[in-house]
Amino acid sequence: MPDILERKAVISGAGQSDIGRRLMRDGLDLTLDACIAAIDDAGLTRDDIDGICTYPGPMDVPPGFSGAGATQVQDALRLNLNWHTGGLEMPGQLGSVINACAAVAAGYANHVLCFRSVFEGSAQARAGGGRAGVTSGGGGGGFRAGGFMQWTLPFGAPSAANWIGMMAQRHFHEFGTTREQLAQIALNARKNAEVNPNAIYREPMSMEDYFAARMITTPFCLYDCDVPADGANAVIVSRADSAPDLRKPPLHVEAIGSALRGRPSWDQWDDLTTMAARDAASMMWSRTDLEPSDVEVAELYDGFSFITVCWLEELGFCGKGEGGPFIEGGQRIARDGQLPLNTNGGQLSAGRMHGYGLLHECCVQLWGEAGERQVQRDGGRPPRVGVAGNGGGPIAGCMLLTTD
Amino acid sequence: MADVPLRILPRVVPETEFFWTGGAAGELRFLRCDDDGTYIHPPQPRCPKCLGKSLTPTAVSGRATVHTFTINHHPWIPGFDPPYAVAIVEIEEQPDVRLTTNIVNCPIDEVRIGLPVRVVFEQHDDTYIPLFEPDATRA
Ligand SMILES: [Zn+2]
Repeated sequence: MPDILERKAVISGAGQSDIGRRLMRDGLDLTLDACIAAIDDAGLTRDDIDGICTYPGPMDVPPGFSGAGATQVQDALRLNLNWHTGGLEMPGQLGSVINACAAVAAGYANHVLCFRSVFEGSAQARAGGGRAGVTSGGGGGGFRAGGFMQWTLPFGAPSAANWIGMMAQRHFHEFGTTREQLAQIALNARKNAEVNPNAIYREPMSMEDYFAARMITTPFCLYDCDVPADGANAVIVSRADSAPDLRKPPLHVEAIGSALRGRPSWDQWDDLTTMAARDAASMMWSRTDLEPSDVEVAELYDGFSFITVCWLEELGFCGKGEGGPFIEGGQRIARDGQLPLNTNGGQLSAGRMHGYGLLHECCVQLWGEAGERQVQRDGGRPPRVGVAGNGGGPIAGCMLLTTD
Repeated sequence: MADVPLRILPRVVPETEFFWTGGAAGELRFLRCDDDGTYIHPPQPRCPKCLGKSLTPTAVSGRATVHTFTINHHPWIPGFDPPYAVAIVEIEEQPDVRLTTNIVNCPIDEVRIGLPVRVVFEQHDDTYIPLFEPDATRA
């Protein structure tokens, strides 16, 4: 095994802004709320922060997809930085945290502020439209698609819902997975959101409600898809030897997974039923002696329900193709089950925080700060090992965190 | 999709012109390595197998198989009315070459994984969009 340098990094604090469907607030404003909360949570001040890393960096399109870039936050907080970066080409949203671990291990920085913020709900409301904000072309002189989108937009498939729906359909075909099984990802999320005051959708949901929802793109109905929201999350990645300066025992980074071994494409990826989760998970487990059975809480990307099933399989919580039976009935993934999953309500019910909401929840659970939704292991203690997995399709990154 | 939908068209550039205009000659074309016969999609400057640069746009049979699909019900694009079938098809000559496309001339409840299909083109301005329909000769 190589030197696992991410173990020189810890997560020392986590913060979250208000989260809502349409808060009608500025993206940078939300971002700063989360960043300041995370710095406070770590017991640090902004003078201690000497690094910043974010995903995806400043972007105007799609509207609200990025609340702020690294240098906007640096300027707003007047930070003195030794190291800063942000961008889109990395192993998912968690790539920014993984990069921060490398930066503190390399000695570039002592305390790195990592954040992800969105205001897609408000941005789309301001634009006067729904999620379908695709400019129609056709005819001469209109918008024309380039890059990857040229291979999907002409066919009326502009959304990851279509692309991941096709991955799910292939999984159904190969392994007999059913919509009743897939529904458990949505139902479990809602059950957890009921006891999360910062979740967006908190009314109880039944299997009947799930099947009554309108179809988006088979096999996904409305409740298999997350929705645009507003909010920001931040964590502080610190040097492990800074623990004496921190407000509370930090979370150890046991191992990260950042691998990409297939074609970076939503349709050319070799085995669509694995997604890139296969590679990231494989790398992560190669860097630790811990095993899937050691994990006591899992916060796995659920931009679409099937992505979570895929992460469960690729992380080895069940065999390949056995994700459907694993989640059937929902008991195993409930807060009091064998593998508590997406305990804040995930993105499906707590809001599309684009991966970072799940990382934030993983941290809060390990710290035992989750309130009414706190996972209790062995009759009362918080979980000691948690995994966060981010991304779908050809994009994936994951992290294994421990309390000691 | 009874009527021709309002498609968002691809931006045709020199590297992709052979693909988007092949339909004018009734041909589905992919870049192919002159040395080892590998088909390459989307177009790239070198063969991923041998890294050679002798690549030639080459017509394939147009026969393909549905690898997976989704029946889209959501109105994403004004003028492109649901429901319609989006599929990823794998071409007969090299199954790891795939296209995202629409299955046409087929009731949506008859689209299935493994369905043999063949290419048909729909012309929009300077582009010929490759769509696929059931291939009765291989049913
Ligand atoms: Zn070659």
